[in-house]
Amino acid sequence: MAAPKKAAASTAQDKTDGGSPPEFTREQELKALRDMLLIRRFEEKAGQLYGMGAIGGFCHLYIGQEAVVVGMQMALKQGDQVITGYRDHGHMLATGMEANGVMAELTGRRGGYSKGKGGSMHMFSKEKHFYGGHGIVGAQVSLGTGLAFANHYRGNDNVSVTYFGDGAANQGQVYESFNMAELWKLPVIYVIENNRYAMGTAVSRASAQQDFSKRGASFNIPGLQVDGMDVRAVKAAGDEAVAWCRAGKGPMILEMQTYRYRGHSMSDPAKYRTREEVEKVRHDQDPIEQVRNRLLAAKVSEQDLKAIDAEVRDIVNASADFAQHDPEPEAAELWTDVYR
Amino acid sequence: MPIQVLMPALSPTMEKGNLAKWLKKEGETIKSGDVIAEIETDKATMEVEATDEGTLGKILIPEGTADVAVNTPIATILADGESAADLAKAPAPAKQEKTAESAPPAAAKAEAPAPKAAPAPQAVAEPDPEVPAGTEMVTQTIREALRDAMAEEMRRDADVFVMGEEVAEYQGAYKVTQGLLQEFGAKRVIDTPITEHGFAGVGVGAAMTGLKPIVEFMTFNFAMQAIDQIINSAAKTLYMSGGQMGCSIVFRGPNGAAARVAAQHSQDYSSWYSNIPGLKVVAPFSAADYKGLLKAAIRDPNPVIFLENEVLYGHTGEVPKLDDFVIPIGKARIVRSGSHVTIVSWSNGMTYALKAADELAKEGIEAEVIDLRTLRPMDTETIINSVKKTGRAVTVEEGWAQSGVGAEIAARIMENAFDYLDAPVTRVSGKDVPMPYAANLEKLALPSAAEVVEAAKAVCYR
Repeated sequence: MAAPKKAAASTAQDKTDGGSPPEFTREQELKALRDMLLIRRFEEKAGQLYGMGAIGGFCHLYIGQEAVVVGMQMALKQGDQVITGYRDHGHMLATGMEANGVMAELTGRRGGYSKGKGGSMHMFSKEKHFYGGHGIVGAQVSLGTGLAFANHYRGNDNVSVTYFGDGAANQGQVYESFNMAELWKLPVIYVIENNRYAMGTAVSRASAQQDFSKRGASFNIPGLQVDGMDVRAVKAAGDEAVAWCRAGKGPMILEMQTYRYRGHSMSDPAKYRTREEVEKVRHDQDPIEQVRNRLLAAKVSEQDLKAIDAEVRDIVNASADFAQHDPEPEAAELWTDVYR
Repeated sequence: MPIQVLMPALSPTMEKGNLAKWLKKEGETIKSGDVIAEIETDKATMEVEATDEGTLGKILIPEGTADVAVNTPIATILADGESAADLAKAPAPAKQEKTAESAPPAAAKAEAPAPKAAPAPQAVAEPDPEVPAGTEMVTQTIREALRDAMAEEMRRDADVFVMGEEVAEYQGAYKVTQGLLQEFGAKRVIDTPITEHGFAGVGVGAAMTGLKPIVEFMTFNFAMQAIDQIINSAAKTLYMSGGQMGCSIVFRGPNGAAARVAAQHSQDYSSWYSNIPGLKVVAPFSAADYKGLLKAAIRDPNPVIFLENEVLYGHTGEVPKLDDFVIPIGKARIVRSGSHVTIVSWSNGMTYALKAADELAKEGIEAEVIDLRTLRPMDTETIINSVKKTGRAVTVEEGWAQSGVGAEIAARIMENAFDYLDAPVTRVSGKDVPMPYAANLEKLALPSAAEVVEAAKAVCYR
């Protein structure tokens, strides 16, 4: 393992040199394609259901950013924890949570992960080590640091993967957490999903330091800038950060340079950027198309890829069906789970 | 004229201390800034520096003397040209209210004894239902009771740990965590940076995995920085997760007014936290309750706000000597029974309530005093049963009246015992102003026993 600063420098170098990340095996490519497709189709369906009025409140879609959670998950092992903010459906599906339970939570039904009491922004799974689903920008960063604290306290080798956006990266508690994480050498990977906009505010209008990999510099936390549209680059960076954490060296920051195709939430007309900008990223960098093209170049048949599409569509359609027919929670549920 | 060295006050709430050691002898030359003596309080050992030059004329309080009141002359310093013969000229100490009740300075002992402090009012007419008859009692300060509660729970459960500012090496800003680092080590007694929002979140995150943190805030005033994590993360996660993921955590520390620490360090947060479903809120008064309820709070699977009071830390009380003394959360206690008027209070409000009950008794009014102990869940039944008996109620709180706990109690009485009331429920509370610094204004801003007496008489139409 290289020294932190070197590690950061070499990856940045790789990126500017246009060097490609390590190749995936065919199995890895297929898995990445399938998992990213599941998230995309799921989110598209959620968008439809929102338009139909089946989903209420806030609903933040992850379309465009799929490579980040899928690549990171491929670097993790059973027991590693994941926590994120409110743009969380992709993270849940990536950790293996069931599409039915997630979609039914979006529609506020009893079969949802939170029995319909959490909604889009608040789902959890003990079994999959997914710790939410948090609606206050930046709050998950302290909480995720606490998950790492618990690993350290228990002396296990689990790693906390704490996701937040470029907007949350300007919150004060993020730096309070960085300080403690490095001070106590906590095993936490801070994954900053830089999708270029904090709601409607471009990074350049909100951030004095736009290189988020450097945001831990004054705490001596190493950071990498990663092409978050390339699932292989994400996985490689994830591997490096996981090794760093498991070796007891403390936290690491991964800035994932990514892009959100949809608005901040369903009610966002996205007037702060041009249609052309979105189209260009979709055309040039789409994380799913990258994998699909590589697979086709490697002579995987269209038919095999279509089979994956079909499998994913079936899961998503079934979840939408379940989520619209599952009953609402019993009225008595209003009063449960306040205390235990 | 010889200069008097007075017993210094080392903290806002210090009333007396022990003279642990003299570092200079009579006749020795003293320069300004020399350390001449060591003073102990129940919180800390501090050095007394000379602020004048000359010769140490006479030591008035021998080393080892306990409970020396603040402002008591402890020595005289002779200026150049003065001799021991001039000592008689030293002015008599300015007698203040505080010094008047002090122990005579001559009560010297061979060794500095364990610190003692003012006993809490113990007008307990009703036996404590949690304590079996015949149980041996030990006298402890509230500070010690809290420390013992934490230590016992940490011995019992390896998942319990304590974190906060100055809890470890410094032994606690108010010495509540004294000795814990020595017994449990740095892994379980964790000094944090000054970063309330961050470490509250770290604590909640750790609790979500099943650990049981005790998060100490140096004062609850600073917890306003952390209140998002307390409410949005700790209190709501169980519900938001449909019961999957809860948070067993205690947030504890001093709450409310101390003494002369002004507006930003004196707020009472009782009503703030008691507003929140998902939190339990405990605010004890007696030493035994502090211990038994803190143990219960640590074991509770929910987030518990444990509101302490700095003024009470040094107060002593009888604590049952039991292996495992746990008081259930959510039960009020009738501390004094009476039939004419119900007085409901908690934490330091009980000081005024009990004093007032004594005064009222002299005038033939028997007050029933209820120590709420837990604010959420509130023991409405005990209050209502008492009001059904007395027909009158006065609430006493240090916090502000608007949207206060007293307002909530009044509403519950109205909802549940309206037909039993012979007079409107009356609130005694902190005045509707930020806490002033000046001693006289601070006193006016807080409730007083006199105000409680007045309110009780008013509802009794006396």
